[in-house]
Amino acid sequence: MAKKPHDTPNLDQLESGPWPSFVTGLKRLAKDKDYVVDVLGHLEHSYKTRKGYWKGGTVGVFGYGGGVIPRFTEIKDDKEQAVFKDAAEFHTLRIMPPAGMHYNTDILRKFCDIWEKHGSGLIAFHGQSGDIMFQGCTTENVQKAFDEFNELGFDLGGAGPAVRTSMSCVGHARCEQSCFDEGKAHRSIINAFLDDIHRPALPYKFKFKFSGCANDCMNSIQRADMAVIGTWRDNMQTDAALAKKWFAKHGLNELVNDVVGMCPTRAIQLKDTKAVSKDASVSSVAVNDTQSIEIQNRDCVRCMHCINVMTGALAPGKERGATILVGGKRTLKIGDLMGTVVVPFMKLESDEDMEALLDLAKRIVDFFAENALEHERTGEMIERIGLVNFLEGVELDIDASMVSAPRTNPYVRMDDWDAEVAKVNAKKAAA
Amino acid sequence: MAQAQMRKPVECGVPDHMQYLHPVMRKNYGNWKYHDRPRPGVLHHVAHGGEEIWTVRAGTQRQMDHYTIRKLCDIADKYADSYVRFTIRSNMEFMVADEKKVAPLIAELEKNGFPVGGTGNSVSMIAHTQGWLHCDIPGTDASGVVKSLMDELYQEFIHEEMPNRVRLSTSCCEINCGGQADIAIVIQHTKPPKINHDLVANVCERPAVVARCPVAAIRPALVNGKPSLEVDEKKCICCGACFPPCPPMQINDPEHSKLAIWVGGKNSNARIKPQFMKMVAAGLPNNAPRWPEVAAVVKNILRVYKEDARPWERIADWIDRIGWPRFFEKTGLPFTKYLIDDWRGSRSNLNASTHIRF
Repeated sequence: MAKKPHDTPNLDQLESGPWPSFVTGLKRLAKDKDYVVDVLGHLEHSYKTRKGYWKGGTVGVFGYGGGVIPRFTEIKDDKEQAVFKDAAEFHTLRIMPPAGMHYNTDILRKFCDIWEKHGSGLIAFHGQSGDIMFQGCTTENVQKAFDEFNELGFDLGGAGPAVRTSMSCVGHARCEQSCFDEGKAHRSIINAFLDDIHRPALPYKFKFKFSGCANDCMNSIQRADMAVIGTWRDNMQTDAALAKKWFAKHGLNELVNDVVGMCPTRAIQLKDTKAVSKDASVSSVAVNDTQSIEIQNRDCVRCMHCINVMTGALAPGKERGATILVGGKRTLKIGDLMGTVVVPFMKLESDEDMEALLDLAKRIVDFFAENALEHERTGEMIERIGLVNFLEGVELDIDASMVSAPRTNPYVRMDDWDAEVAKVNAKKAAA
Repeated sequence: MAQAQMRKPVECGVPDHMQYLHPVMRKNYGNWKYHDRPRPGVLHHVAHGGEEIWTVRAGTQRQMDHYTIRKLCDIADKYADSYVRFTIRSNMEFMVADEKKVAPLIAELEKNGFPVGGTGNSVSMIAHTQGWLHCDIPGTDASGVVKSLMDELYQEFIHEEMPNRVRLSTSCCEINCGGQADIAIVIQHTKPPKINHDLVANVCERPAVVARCPVAAIRPALVNGKPSLEVDEKKCICCGACFPPCPPMQINDPEHSKLAIWVGGKNSNARIKPQFMKMVAAGLPNNAPRWPEVAAVVKNILRVYKEDARPWERIADWIDRIGWPRFFEKTGLPFTKYLIDDWRGSRSNLNASTHIRF
């Protein structure tokens, strides 16, 4: 039995209603742990005064420079003593999950045992960077808890100016739209950057994220410094049986309004089956006895919409890989930036392909480490130095797919125009 | 020697996920053909070879006590095949190879208070941050806001009645760790930081703080004989960027830290390109423990979207069709001068055309 609970009239109101309540969970933990009794008191104080009361500090595990988020209470009495003394330290361990966040019950129960013993018993699946967050631990117990997680084959994630924990979608494990092995890519890249994860020494954070298709379930385009997003470059695949099944259920109106009409590049047309183009860049599939949809793959931007609507009837092509985008981030400091294309397509099938991806990742992180200013993300660095300088620095060729439009102003020195034209022509001739 | 006894970490990195995959998923890895959704909260995937797997998705409170996790494990062992995963929005997915297990699994989850849903055209669980529970710079709570809103949006979670999927996020400061979303709730400070000049010199690396300000409003100053920092309050945009590197520059205020609502964020490339969300409402009080004013605005936007958008239109697609004037007209939200962007690159947000809907 733990000590008497504090009055928590505000938090109590978060126990009613149909959604699972974290407050009820905390109260269950507080039955046995003085620690959580005071966590509840601490949180109630925030609810009452509408302010936060945790400050950072320095807590870590032996051999690493990051991965623990230290928290010390700032609710002190007039003698500078912690008011909620059992929760005076409330650190979080960030632990990297398996790619795709797959688990079995055995490993989850082991996590519970360790965290019941050494921590608060409160676990968040998962934080916004993708870590399992073991929330609430004293300074003394951080090392003990980590040692046990580490013995299970789990490792600390990133924090501070470091390569961060990554996320990848369910992908190959259970999704027909997956265009590369996200888990393999995730693991091969991240496990090659462990030194940069565990010993923060970059200008600022660097995030990788892996989404198997352009639906981008990992939100990589707006929050990853390097986003790997699956795509394909040959023709879309079709399945006549599933197309007919879809049409029988949904009909012509939905086909026209929801599929043909919503294609962003007007690459899809409804045609009489006998009039369908035989062009090599066209995919087509009959939806009934007389009509087909015809997709001009050269106009298609692989946005995924029609495939989302008619899953299985339409599918990504066979020559799959990924588009690489760099520089996504949210507001601070210069404003929101989406990642932008630096590699329109790279194959990601063989081990050599994965090595090429890793090599690119290393060139980008190295360039970032050497050229970004303190507290500057890749997107901000590219904004400051220009995309061309970045591409030259990481040895990538320019491509018209990297822009939404060419330059709209004449304010540029172009002394070497002829030499650049010659380079482009030489490349075309060599191709 | 104490040092010699310390255990050296095994730098094992990301564990191999294959060991945690359901055998059917392991066997058909990279070889799936299509999926459908037999009912809200259930996915049915079919592999090229014909094998099938059913996934039941349940909402959680994300911040889970070990008793809750053990309960979910008990359910997974007894009613599913002991393999689970989490979605990016903290929903737990139970995979089963036998369709017959789906209904009893759903019943058991619901009996234990875990809502089954969050698939397809539903409002899924809200991506959120740490808030007062654990963050060092929060303007508000996260788990509490989410609990309050999900109580209100419960029916939309367990049904698939929206025009397309709806993704929400909350963020307890303007750093916006919750991320882009169809509808996002983000703290918006309205007053410059209050500086405790006694502490600045000892706590803050002053040049780093000066460099952090997006509008160069902070400069070193001597205050009461002590080295400190001062803020040009006319220039200050109250973003709070100075607060993390310099806690004595307190930005959070129980009264003046308000909540703003943003709409139309979209990461997916489907249809229109990925979009940043746009601010459409602000000045909402930070009204713990249930934030009713925020819930009212979010529910109103969702109601209008649900009535007005066409199938497959995300909020961004819908507004792209109807235009911003009609969005404000239909939602009744006031379009104020503060919603006209004046940050760098803002001209691209102005209407450089005669495209006007009447």
